[in-house]
Amino acid sequence: MMDVQLAERQAELEVLRYNPEIAGEPKFERYSVPCKTEWCVLDALNYLKDNVDPTLTYRWSCHMQVCGSCGMMINGEPKLACKAMLRDYPGVIRIEPLAHFPVERDLVAVADDFIAKLKRVKPYLIPSDKRSLEEGEYRQTPAQLKRYRQFAMCINCMLCYAACPEYGLHPKFIGPAAISLAHRYNRDSRDGGRDERQEELATNEGVWECTFVGACSEVCPKHVDPAAALQQVKVASTVDWYLEHFMSWVKK
Amino acid sequence: MAKSNKPIIWGTFAAGGEVVSLITPVIIVLILFAAIGRPPSALGYEQLHAFAAWWFGKLVIFGIVFLSLWSQAHRLRITCFDFGLRADGLVATVFYVLAGAASLWLILILSSI
Repeated sequence: MMDVQLAERQAELEVLRYNPEIAGEPKFERYSVPCKTEWCVLDALNYLKDNVDPTLTYRWSCHMQVCGSCGMMINGEPKLACKAMLRDYPGVIRIEPLAHFPVERDLVAVADDFIAKLKRVKPYLIPSDKRSLEEGEYRQTPAQLKRYRQFAMCINCMLCYAACPEYGLHPKFIGPAAISLAHRYNRDSRDGGRDERQEELATNEGVWECTFVGACSEVCPKHVDPAAALQQVKVASTVDWYLEHFMSWVKK
Repeated sequence: MAKSNKPIIWGTFAAGGEVVSLITPVIIVLILFAAIGRPPSALGYEQLHAFAAWWFGKLVIFGIVFLSLWSQAHRLRITCFDFGLRADGLVATVFYVLAGAASLWLILILSSI
């Protein structure tokens, strides 16, 4: 096999460091890291942790854009560190924890708020008619799968929350990913839980806090298009409202 | 938590957004033709006056103008908020009252045709 030599590059990183047990204020630390040009930002951070400063703290797991752990602000934009390629960042690379979340330490954001909201919207199958084991599996056509598949691609990386200015202004907003995932189950042919989810979604803190800025869809690494999901939830909730108030005899 | 009544505002806002993006450009082009003195023959003054005098014509005109006004009032409200004018209650009242007053004025105009 031919030995491929990758070009080298000395990457300049500015990493936000914060350790609540030692220093009070978060501050930027500058590092110069020998990198291969084809590395991603996560590779550079791993080099840094392995060879320069083992106290550097950040989340990562899969290194292949599946687990959604390594979300962070890279030059001010929410990105997966494993999807941000060094070749796209010629100058100094500024790395911070995800915006709009409290910081636990260094680049680790506290995800509690998102997890609690995710729980509230019941993002799991609530079968409309329960089948026993003997009756076999729930069957679905490719067309029925297509109705929700895009919204099922969410990996809970929270980049959309870091990008959403509404979430920054109103932290109670349930937010893009949680609503998109609720919508994913609402559109599932096997599901009958929409009424339960609407109790959370059709509220002021739910979908109605969204003003359709669209930043969530721009940063989503899995092309879920949360903004589209929220617009669809708004249309459906508006139809619900008119049915509930003026035509209560019509079944939704 | 109680369900929101936002659909009243958002429904007209969304419908108005559709009207503004689909119908308003056509109206602008037609007005440009009229401005240079060459309106399409089917849309001359006599024909349009007859349309506005017809009850269904009045309804269509009211629908288009009312929805456009309401959606733009809501759009301006959100724009003010985004530009840092955070007195949302006051801003909302001003724009919605303007849209409401203009709608009432439109009803007066249409009923006098």
